[in-house]
Amino acid sequence: MTVLFSIFSFLYQTGDAFAFLVLSACGLAIIFGMMGVINLAHGEFIMCGAYVCAAAARAGLPLPIAILAGALAAGFAGMVIERIIIRPLYDRPLDTIVATWGVSMVVTQGTLILLGSTMPGTGTPFGSFTVGPYSYSVYRVVLMVAALGTLGLLWVGFTKTRFGVLARATIQVPHIAQALGVNTGLVYSLTFGLGAALAGLAGGLYAPTMTLVPTMGSAFVVEAFVTVVVGGADIFLGTAPAALVLGAVKASLTSWQGQLAGQIGLLVAVIIVIRILPRGISGWILRERT
Amino acid sequence: MKKTLNGAMTALGLILLCSAANAQDPIKLGVLEDQSGDFAAATIGKVHGIQLATEEINAAGGIAGRPLELVIYDTQSDNTRYQEFMRRVLQRDKVDAVFAGFSSASREAYRPIVNQFDGLAFYNNQYEGGVCDANMIVTGAVPEQQFSTLLPYMMETYGKKVYTIAADYNFGQISAEWVRNLVKDGGGEMVGEEFIPLGVSQFSQTIQNIQAAKPDFVVTLLVGTAQASYYEQAAAANVNLPMASSVNVGQGYEHKRFKPPSLANMYATVNWVEEVDNPQSKAFVERWHKKFPDEPYINQEAENSYLAVYLYKQMVERANGSTDKEELRKVIAQGDVCYDAPEGKVCLDPKSQHMSHSIYLAKVNEDHSISFPKVWNDIKPYWLGEVGCDLTKKDPSEQYTPSNLPKAAD
Repeated sequence: MTVLFSIFSFLYQTGDAFAFLVLSACGLAIIFGMMGVINLAHGEFIMCGAYVCAAAARAGLPLPIAILAGALAAGFAGMVIERIIIRPLYDRPLDTIVATWGVSMVVTQGTLILLGSTMPGTGTPFGSFTVGPYSYSVYRVVLMVAALGTLGLLWVGFTKTRFGVLARATIQVPHIAQALGVNTGLVYSLTFGLGAALAGLAGGLYAPTMTLVPTMGSAFVVEAFVTVVVGGADIFLGTAPAALVLGAVKASLTSWQGQLAGQIGLLVAVIIVIRILPRGISGWILRERT
Repeated sequence: MKKTLNGAMTALGLILLCSAANAQDPIKLGVLEDQSGDFAAATIGKVHGIQLATEEINAAGGIAGRPLELVIYDTQSDNTRYQEFMRRVLQRDKVDAVFAGFSSASREAYRPIVNQFDGLAFYNNQYEGGVCDANMIVTGAVPEQQFSTLLPYMMETYGKKVYTIAADYNFGQISAEWVRNLVKDGGGEMVGEEFIPLGVSQFSQTIQNIQAAKPDFVVTLLVGTAQASYYEQAAAANVNLPMASSVNVGQGYEHKRFKPPSLANMYATVNWVEEVDNPQSKAFVERWHKKFPDEPYINQEAENSYLAVYLYKQMVERANGSTDKEELRKVIAQGDVCYDAPEGKVCLDPKSQHMSHSIYLAKVNEDHSISFPKVWNDIKPYWLGEVGCDLTKKDPSEQYTPSNLPKAAD
């Protein structure tokens, strides 16, 4: 029986780390993978989603709606920023790093000045359940389901819908797509907005479990970048398997030797993976296929 | 006769002129605190405390007739900013004293610079103790005030098995060492200890490690807003263990930021918080809210910073208006630099230049209200003096810990 309890605990912890990595990384992966823009304001979109979600929940909206409101707000903010700041810089990928970094600093400090140093939380819903000697939070299982659901919806969106086809066409050969009548500007705008909305979704989902402060995005950003670097440019063949591998590494090392070992293990795993697979997991899988 | 009288008159006139010019000259205080970044939530109040005290002092005629002027920089929760701005206030702004620092890492980052320029710095923050440095005056509480009171109480009330989770830098490591020693002295047992890197916000696995070890209570020495996510996550996983801390409530006011009951059964030893119920505190809180109506919480470090300005005023006035460090230390050496603070009477100890405190045991209830099951009056910062730090005789400018004591030969 104790073996079963331990197996369940390992699966739960891996799933928990997996959900955190997938949800924090997929917005970044879409913006980087599809558009080649390295978005250093990713954490601030997450913070935006979390703040809007918490504010909506405290205003009386049910939590799922509040989370969606957070995602929509972040997505809208993303589209505005794409139109004003990112669009003139598509030919200068290095400059987008500096520009988005600037956005990140302005937003963090602006939030601090306008909304103060902290925001009260909403509390985690659903309570807990017990398996063997351990008790677990139900909400974290919801987070795992949400991570899988997000991946599923994205897959359907990019392979089965007209927007997905147009987006992939625009990203692969922009001028041909344009010649065929695709409004590429709108597609770029929507793709960036989708990436930002996914960041906002991560923020909304984690808002009930975390401290709400202007710098909260930075708690996600390192893990998000690590996952995207290990995964490579493709979200399904890269981000998801990378999150699974890194999640398992992190969960087992943390249970064995504590948080510090978990953090070190995560970063060592990244170094090893990029040394062996410079184009990430997805680059390796795609090369195998061709 | 007439000539000498004239000379004397001229001299007197000159002295009067000089002192008049002097009276115009403000006393400058440098203020380096984190007004943005990970620590901002706990430290913005410290700046407000200094501003409030300055306003009151200036309205009442200043320090020895001179107005007090603040030079404030935002150190952004970043240790290198402390070094940069500490050089700037001491070299360029030429301040008379500096009020600086939240995290122990930042204090240790700027301390060598204060030593180098032989400045005078106030560290108005609770910490892991042990700084024996004539250039530093510490008004925050130290482990012999916070842990020697808290841990015996917790072990008596809840049991002897203890699990510590602590932020992984000098504050957490040295505080955990104190906890370890006190638990051993009290006949208890450490069933686990984990150090968490600053900035970590996901605690699922840590929570499970704690449940596996089955402690009677958990000592939480978590620092920064990211790490504060632990409480919400532990409550969601129904850990349901009493917690003990030297930094929560009194510093990060987690009981105000999180939804009840995630912090229920948290015990923290604080030297003051806004819930303290005495006439002096009430008046203090009222004055504060008049100037800063939107303050989310007035924490103990805000009170420490406020009273530090008054201590400085008293020291300068007793040194006949001199702001020279050695003159001020001669005043401290008299051993009666005391102040009637909102927490009660506090005094500076000449040997360590640390401060005595009233220590309140703050208990967080189910609805996140605070009750005080116990109060210890006038706890002295005795540890440094006992292990051999005596700044009236010698200035080693060191930080000592229970495992790094001053050498007897020193």
